Amino acid sequence: MKSPAPAHRRHFIALVAAGLVLAGCKPSDDAGKPGAASTGAIVVGEFASLHGSEAAFGQSSHKGTELAFDVIRSNGGLLGREVRLITEDNQSKAGESATIAKKFVSRDHVVAVLGEVASGRSLEAAPICQAAGIPMISPSSTNPKVTEVGDHVFRVCFTDPFQGKLLADFAWKSLKVRRVAILADTASAYSVGLADFFRQPFVAAGGTVVTEVKYASRDKDFKAQLTAIKAAAPDGLCVPGYYTEVGLIVKQARELGLTVPIFGGDGWEAPQLIEIAGSEALKNTFYSTHFSPAQDNPAVKAFVAAFKSKFNEVPDAMAALGYDSAMALAEAIKKAGSTDPAKVTAALAATDFVGVTGRTKLDAQRNATKPAVIITVENGGFKFLQTVEP
Amino acid sequence: MRFPKSQLWLALALVVAGVVSAFSGRINDYFLDVALGAGINIVLAVSLNLINGFTGQFSLGHAGFMAVGAYTSALMTTTFASRLLPLVGGQAWILFPCALLAGGLLAAVAGIAVGAPSLRLKGDYLAIVTLGFGEIIKVVLQNIDVVGAARGLYGVPAHANVFWVFGLAAVTVYVVWALVNSTYGRGFLAVADDEIAAEAMGLDTTRYKVTAFVVGSFFAGLAGGLYAHLKGYINPTGFDFNKSIEIVVIVILGGMGRHVGVVAAAILLSVVMEPLRRFGDYRMILYALLLIVLMLTRPQGLFVWRSGRGTA
Repeated sequence: MKSPAPAHRRHFIALVAAGLVLAGCKPSDDAGKPGAASTGAIVVGEFASLHGSEAAFGQSSHKGTELAFDVIRSNGGLLGREVRLITEDNQSKAGESATIAKKFVSRDHVVAVLGEVASGRSLEAAPICQAAGIPMISPSSTNPKVTEVGDHVFRVCFTDPFQGKLLADFAWKSLKVRRVAILADTASAYSVGLADFFRQPFVAAGGTVVTEVKYASRDKDFKAQLTAIKAAAPDGLCVPGYYTEVGLIVKQARELGLTVPIFGGDGWEAPQLIEIAGSEALKNTFYSTHFSPAQDNPAVKAFVAAFKSKFNEVPDAMAALGYDSAMALAEAIKKAGSTDPAKVTAALAATDFVGVTGRTKLDAQRNATKPAVIITVENGGFKFLQTVEP
Repeated sequence: MRFPKSQLWLALALVVAGVVSAFSGRINDYFLDVALGAGINIVLAVSLNLINGFTGQFSLGHAGFMAVGAYTSALMTTTFASRLLPLVGGQAWILFPCALLAGGLLAAVAGIAVGAPSLRLKGDYLAIVTLGFGEIIKVVLQNIDVVGAARGLYGVPAHANVFWVFGLAAVTVYVVWALVNSTYGRGFLAVADDEIAAEAMGLDTTRYKVTAFVVGSFFAGLAGGLYAHLKGYINPTGFDFNKSIEIVVIVILGGMGRHVGVVAAAILLSVVMEPLRRFGDYRMILYALLLIVLMLTRPQGLFVWRSGRGTA
């Protein structure tokens, strides 16, 4: 057994530990000012997965929100007051978002909460915001359950039932798919949900689901599932998953000689998709999403230019939705003429504005009804194909 | 009648938890959430310490037992609440401890199921079996629709308060302390020190290991129940391998087979992430640095000034 540490070192460690604990207890200078007060800065809280498994989505969305706040500031703030964005990272971990939401509500006294991409983590923070009566806007959680939490929870993106329906329409009408195979991720609420919302309208239109097989996130080999799919001889394959697995699935499907069109939802949206699958394999693949930087629209062009000059990269759908979530909030605060949470909530419920992801109008269930875009891969890059109006 | 000192401490802790709980409405919600999170980590770390520290086994499946407890108790207070509430006279405050207990018991059953066949394995092999168990639990939960599958279970009532969390933390510390300091409990230490020698002395080492496993998983199940009723939402991914590692880190940092050190490490590591928030992107680096510095300067555990297990 090692001899105990000398006394002075012992005290040093104890002091450091005590210091860290005290640092956490010391109230910061700017805390304690209620955001609902009529003077001082307007504080908005944003929680995002800046690290961990969904960091690519979280970072994108956060950059969009940051850019929106720059624009709001350069326009002189809101209601003649300064605006301040507090961003907290939940590391893509369960449990963190609830703590962050409590911090926003009871310590930072925010006017509203923005977040997040993953439906699971939005569901964690939503009941806390709902109970506190603080409006929360999710930029891109598409699961229908999120806004069902209560009348203070909103979203600026379309929902999975809408996306599933439009995928079914697209497969039926544009791709002329009649016999479809579905390959969904059992470990993801998003994937299972989207598969259900695709199947119903597709079958209702007269299509047949020839086989439905599953995989789990972080799987690397899909040859078994793909061989089974090939044996069922579909004329289209629906993969409602995230880009990491989708890339591998597309690649392995092509290796097995499965040349039918492959399509999915907004989880495909990431530059990594092309890196993983290679552009050759991605020929004849399609996905639906919220936004394309190639859209011919002055608002989109201005947003893409501003985003490029600030971050030196092309914005994706998550960035555009992060931007629109902040802009929807700014509109609501302006319309309410106050930062009183009840008034802001009422104004948000009546949201109808044109953002970079198109006209965003909230319905009675606080979900956005808005256009989607279909994207395909061509010559090693994403190509905007068409806009689908709701 | 004269009570042993340790039971007085337990009674005192329960009274303090009850009194603080009565005034918890005045505590900032955020601080309360962090404090309760730390309390739950105490239960998890102390119970894992019985398995990994005192008995010298290496379990990597603690989050799995936690998940069993969390889902069992959360189901009882949400989906099945309408059927169960009449049995306790419609009182939610009676249903909650029953749900916690059921969660703990089911986790203990899972502990027997995993422990009995696998505890004949040693070291790395046992670690792999428990790791596998944790993953199986996660995957099973992801595929059962009644518990929300990958979507998670939401709308769990926020019953976890200062009394329940810190009261149960005190009970956990007391039970583990009393167990390893009893005549029977010396067997745990013997198994950890030298299994062959312990066996030669006539100790049923497998039974000791299973006992440690069952008691440990029971408390992990309780902690899971508290967690579900604190956060209000649970998701299978929250009980993955990383969560198990988090608890193992607390135990190793606090000192394997130490009482005070493990409790201190549980509090330190749960609380320290919060003040680090102001450092933004550097937060994770600072956290890792803190772990490295602590491990280099205090390899024997926090608050260990003397050598010898079962003292500090």
